[in-house]
Amino acid sequence: MAHAEGGYYVPHFSFWPIFGGVALTSMAAGASIYLNGSDWGFTVMMIGVALTLLLMAGWFANVIRESVSGLYNTQVDRSFRWGMMWFIFSEVMFFGAFFGALFYARMLSVPWISGADPSTARFLWDSVTLNWPTAGPAYAALDWEPMGAWPLPTINTLILLTSGVMLTISHHALKAGQRGKSTIFMWITVLLGSLFLGLQAYEYYEAYQHLNLRLDTGIYGSTFFMLTGFHGFHVLIGTVTLLVIALRLMAGHFTPDNHFGYEAAAWYWHFVDVVWLGLYIFVYVI
Amino acid sequence: MTVATHAEHHDGPPSSFFKRWFLSTNHKDIGSLYLLWALLMFFVGGTMAMIIRAELFQPGLQVVDPHFFNQMTTMHALVMIFGAVMPAFTGLANWMIPLQVGAPDMALPRLNNFSFWLLPAGSLILLSTMFMPGGAPASGWTMYPPLVLQTGMAFPFMVFAVHILGISSILGAINIIATVLNMRAPGMTLMKMPLFVWTWLITAFLLIATLPVLSGAVTMLLTDQFFGTTFFYAGGGGDPVMYQHIFWFFGHPEVYILILPAFGIVSTIIPTFSRKPLFGYSSMVYATASIAFLSFIVWAHHMFTVGMPLSGELFFMYATMLISVPTGVKVFNWVATMWKGSLTFETPMLFALAFVVLFTIGGFSGLMLAIAPADFQYHDTYFVVAHFHYVLVTGAVFSIMAAVYYWLPKWTGHMYNERLAKLHFWLSVISVNVLFFPQHFLGLAGMPRRIPDYSLQFAEWNMISSIGGFVYGASQLLFLAGVIICIRGGKKAPSKAWDGAKGLEWEVPSPAPFHTFDTPPLVK
Repeated sequence: MAHAEGGYYVPHFSFWPIFGGVALTSMAAGASIYLNGSDWGFTVMMIGVALTLLLMAGWFANVIRESVSGLYNTQVDRSFRWGMMWFIFSEVMFFGAFFGALFYARMLSVPWISGADPSTARFLWDSVTLNWPTAGPAYAALDWEPMGAWPLPTINTLILLTSGVMLTISHHALKAGQRGKSTIFMWITVLLGSLFLGLQAYEYYEAYQHLNLRLDTGIYGSTFFMLTGFHGFHVLIGTVTLLVIALRLMAGHFTPDNHFGYEAAAWYWHFVDVVWLGLYIFVYVI
Repeated sequence: MTVATHAEHHDGPPSSFFKRWFLSTNHKDIGSLYLLWALLMFFVGGTMAMIIRAELFQPGLQVVDPHFFNQMTTMHALVMIFGAVMPAFTGLANWMIPLQVGAPDMALPRLNNFSFWLLPAGSLILLSTMFMPGGAPASGWTMYPPLVLQTGMAFPFMVFAVHILGISSILGAINIIATVLNMRAPGMTLMKMPLFVWTWLITAFLLIATLPVLSGAVTMLLTDQFFGTTFFYAGGGGDPVMYQHIFWFFGHPEVYILILPAFGIVSTIIPTFSRKPLFGYSSMVYATASIAFLSFIVWAHHMFTVGMPLSGELFFMYATMLISVPTGVKVFNWVATMWKGSLTFETPMLFALAFVVLFTIGGFSGLMLAIAPADFQYHDTYFVVAHFHYVLVTGAVFSIMAAVYYWLPKWTGHMYNERLAKLHFWLSVISVNVLFFPQHFLGLAGMPRRIPDYSLQFAEWNMISSIGGFVYGASQLLFLAGVIICIRGGKKAPSKAWDGAKGLEWEVPSPAPFHTFDTPPLVK
């Protein structure tokens, strides 16, 4: 069991937290103003985004400096580990809400509208037959096609799984003290992540241009784009994180037995990977 | 306990006001900030409640227009839940958990302050909607579509405020888990932890598991409103009831988030003033964990009347009733702790005793609401309002007041004024029952909630309830006065302010020095 040993590093004070409060307020208020129809809200939102990026760069740089100068003991390291683990768990639950919406629509609401629950169907759309994938009864006239599992999503699955393997090879190399090899495989991982993002952008382009599949294509479009979109956004975050880790590897920040930043990024990447497997199965294949 | 301190960063607080209160990494200062913000929001939300009770003083419309009344019911709930009760518990956690487990600070001190600063950010965004065209959200705090989609300019602000307050709570919860699991002093095994720490550990888990789901739900509202998705629109294959399921998957654990720390507080205070160890410590821990587990599989009891399959109604009815088993264990243990104890009735104990009695009343009315066929009668009536105010006001809020009186000597170094506090207690406990007990009758007689007007037969009980409300509201000014007086001065508090108190927090001086437990104490 974990034991405290004293000398736990507690920073004196930090400018970043309140800075973060301002940044997120600016982002949220700007986005709200923009959505309410005032264009200047967009500027406020982008200032908020810029401040948030600055916040992350500054805060992480602060932590890296402290880590490199040896202020952290193993107990601090464990705090970071618990923190990252539960952060990833919260992300899992966030995706859970959207998976829940997908399952609810497929298993309950669409069949109910389609007549499985006569009292609902009679009062809404009498004797309409819906089969997944569907955009819903009000969009029956809409001409669109769902996204198939082949070829792009399957290729993307292979890319993401391969990237997980590359990352693991890189990690083992780091632990074995082979920093050069570790760096090379980390760059391969970053490249595969970028490739995934490129292909997903192409998939969205295909959906909008050739399948007439859009975010507002009923419940199929809603669940498809919200799930894959949030996932893609997380891949973007993960790729940027791994990119930073690759640069830090080259800068020599990590030692074979002290490299929590590296591991946290790797955990995050595997989490993104696992979410994708869920998406691949429930959004594309089944 | 004497603690050797390192020389450099373990002196007093920073001399600059700005540095100390805006850039803090100190769990005590951040805890104070949380508590003060919660106190402020308690009065903001309380003012809204006063407006509601003023309108309901008599039948007819006389004080505010109906749309504003709906804004008040909505904002009262959001402000009290996300602005007052949750931050108050987080403030208590910040102050007390490191002291109770013998840690130098929270595990992630900077993140701690980030959690705090997101709280005023989110609260102010939410409150700013009051001054927008179309007014504040008026759909009820549950934000059900399609009604909530009629909100005016406030709509996106409401969604993002929920996001920011959610991030604040998630990060705070992560910090608490990391602190409890990683920062305990040597010898402080899990089953030796004070119950406040245990209940908060489990609460933190609930927060991390459910707030992201709420974020997801309001994100879907946002995209339904602005980007053409159809999650909650049957024409697009979605379902408004789907929102209710996702919301209450968060919402039910949320009500345990609001009450589990209260259980911890009461389990701390009752043994102190009974001068006996807590009866059934381990059963308390297991009961808390069981309640947390059950809270995930009972959510649809909030939705008995939306048209669920019969199997769903039955499952959620029986699962809900199961919660009364671990809750009963807790109430039994509190009573058994007092059995043959040498009891004294200082204000924290009075609030804790009122908690046990009145929370139990709220629990019983909850059991009534759990009966699905009966709920068809009670649903959306004042009976529900009476029920959840018994568990949240005489439950959560009373426990917070108990905790504040209990630990104020540790925080300020002064004893609070016992006469003033007792007056606050007695006025509160009498008026709160005048306020909420008649609402049971109103609800059973059929008065709907969230409506500014009512039929004449409800007039008497509403007037009585409003009078109770005004007295209760005014009594809280005594609480404010008591706290301010205690901060400014008063009888010097010894390091162990209560002779029956146990725990590490009573082994450091009062007021607790800026830094404590830099070298961990050894717990035997």
